[in-house]
Amino acid sequence: MADQTLDAKGLNCPLPILKAKKALKGVPAGGTLEIEATDPGSVADFEAFCRTTGNELMESSVDGGVYRFLIKHVA
Amino acid sequence: MADTDTGDNRKSMSIIVTKGSLDWAYPPFILGTTAAAMDVDVTMFFTFYGLPLLLKKLDLQVTPLGNAAMKMPLGGMHMTMPNVVGMIPGVDAACSVMMKNLIKKKGVASIEELREAAQLSDVNMVACQMTMDLFEYDLGDMIDGIQLGGAATYMENALKSDINLFI
Repeated sequence: MADQTLDAKGLNCPLPILKAKKALKGVPAGGTLEIEATDPGSVADFEAFCRTTGNELMESSVDGGVYRFLIKHVA
Repeated sequence: MADTDTGDNRKSMSIIVTKGSLDWAYPPFILGTTAAAMDVDVTMFFTFYGLPLLLKKLDLQVTPLGNAAMKMPLGGMHMTMPNVVGMIPGVDAACSVMMKNLIKKKGVASIEELREAAQLSDVNMVACQMTMDLFEYDLGDMIDGIQLGGAATYMENALKSDINLFI
């Protein structure tokens, strides 16, 4: 169970990333944020976001057009 | 602001924003806000037709004139907009409404939304003083938290930035 969840369904680039960044600020270091999105571009974008910021992308999956990401707040 | 909280490894980016139509406003604000979300120190320098993007009240329009590649989705097809159509009064306004509807329908952020995100993430927004004078804008008409500057202000920033874009 993630420490915090973010519903980014229906939002397009760059809103899922902007909202995830905002939500991460409320997640303690070592905590996790779960994001649900429908933007197919968010798969590559969350990978890039995590590689660049040093946060850990623990899970990335898709189910019925909904993409689910689990990010561990590192930095 | 960006300069004071710069850590050792932080990257920086500057963007010169020269165009203020609805379509051209997107690339600088999307990249600026996303870079800030990725811990990049961002400076946006608004000059010429980009300057009105700092006005408190935005009323952005898009025109098919001179926009040869512009195609709008319509009933599963894509409609081209020949220049001669763009010259008919009311077509710009109709195009703008059409695009704003698409933006809302597709979950794309409004420029107002992105600009607010830029403010909240400490994007350094600089209004070109010369353009303020040239087009007779008043600082009181602009959003809060912006700075005034000129070419040297931009250059100082650009020289130490990792990425410099002109849009």
